[in-house]
Amino acid sequence: MENLVSIGIRSIFIDNMIFAYFLGMCSFLAISKKVKTAIGLGIAVVFVLGVTVPINWLIQNYVLNAGALAWLGPDFANIDLNFLQFIVFISVIAAIVQLTEMAVEKFSPALYGTLGIFLPLIAVNCSVLGAALFMVGRPYNLAEATVFGFGSGIGWMLAIVALAGVREKMKYSNVPAPLRGLGITFILVGLMSLGFLSFLGFSL
Amino acid sequence: MSTEVAEVEVVEKKSEPLFSKKNRKLISNPLDIDNPITVQVLGICSALAITSQIKPAIVMTLGLTFVTAFSNVFISLLRNTIPSRIRIIVQLAVVSVWVIMVDQLLKAYVYDMAKLMSVYVGLIITNCIVMGRLEAYAMGNKPWPSFLDGLGNGLGYGVILIILAFVRELFGGGTLFKGLPFEWHVFESMGIKYQGNGLLLLPAGACILLGVIIWVQRTLNGYRESH
Repeated sequence: MENLVSIGIRSIFIDNMIFAYFLGMCSFLAISKKVKTAIGLGIAVVFVLGVTVPINWLIQNYVLNAGALAWLGPDFANIDLNFLQFIVFISVIAAIVQLTEMAVEKFSPALYGTLGIFLPLIAVNCSVLGAALFMVGRPYNLAEATVFGFGSGIGWMLAIVALAGVREKMKYSNVPAPLRGLGITFILVGLMSLGFLSFLGFSL
Repeated sequence: MSTEVAEVEVVEKKSEPLFSKKNRKLISNPLDIDNPITVQVLGICSALAITSQIKPAIVMTLGLTFVTAFSNVFISLLRNTIPSRIRIIVQLAVVSVWVIMVDQLLKAYVYDMAKLMSVYVGLIITNCIVMGRLEAYAMGNKPWPSFLDGLGNGLGYGVILIILAFVRELFGGGTLFKGLPFEWHVFESMGIKYQGNGLLLLPAGACILLGVIIWVQRTLNGYRESH
């Protein structure tokens, strides 16, 4: 249990998807102009990450790893399907995103109205595939992988909402014309990332 | 009637030369005024994550250019047969096939490089440049221009990557081309004792540096963005 809390906090603050690894930057920069839309996209990303990471964990450990297919019988014990990792992971992610989109559309049209355009974008959000690939490189079990997925999503959401808040205020400042928009946003992200470095001192 | 149709086809078939002015623009535009990173805001993740040295930046550029160019060709060939509802999945499948090839090649021939770049090779799949060019160009154009478009955007990405890596490696570590045969310890060879600037090697430094590069580029080419 203690271990799970530590993984959760670590993935939200210390190994923050945006400020430590720069994953999911495209939608992070494109959809952080308003706090409200940022929250909507953030929730969708938390959900997709929380679902796809454990599913990909199951696939990695019961299908793709060397010898993982042994449960099918001794003939399959020597198969190593790791080279299929990318294509399998991305298909799972795209399928989950598509399913989520359909489920949300059917059961909650109001939420679909808010999230509608962002949902398909999540399939190509690097943080989703990135989290799945990080998960493979670390010795997590299923519970830890789930916590890691949710934690990464919450960290991403925290980052995009914070940036959206700052950018809303930026409208009232006098930024040099060539720096306006993208340029100043990058400098802001850099400064916020410096702030998040202070979490590095935590030992968990 | 049939002759008319034939005539129309002849007019269409008066094809342009392989490197016509329009086609050359496909390569030169992304290098400056239509740069994928600084203007289209695509493919930022890897631009920041793997540019602490020049060598991985070059490898990444080659990998991404290869993937973008050939995925563009494939999607362009398939563009009339892909149903639009499932096009994202089709595009992802095509892209991941090319990325798997790049990944296997790197693992086979430059294993330590593949280890250093870890997940960022796999993340070429979700690199927005690849998907963005597929959506914006290859879905509506012929294979050869699509190939050039992919090539141009890959190189435009590479230019920014190498500028970033150059500054970060020079001032962050005090070396240039570390890990390549012509590795150069710039400050040592000039007899200056240089303490590397750790900030530049951090993600934060990369972000601020990219902000400054965008500032310089937009001052020069006059591109402006409203709030």
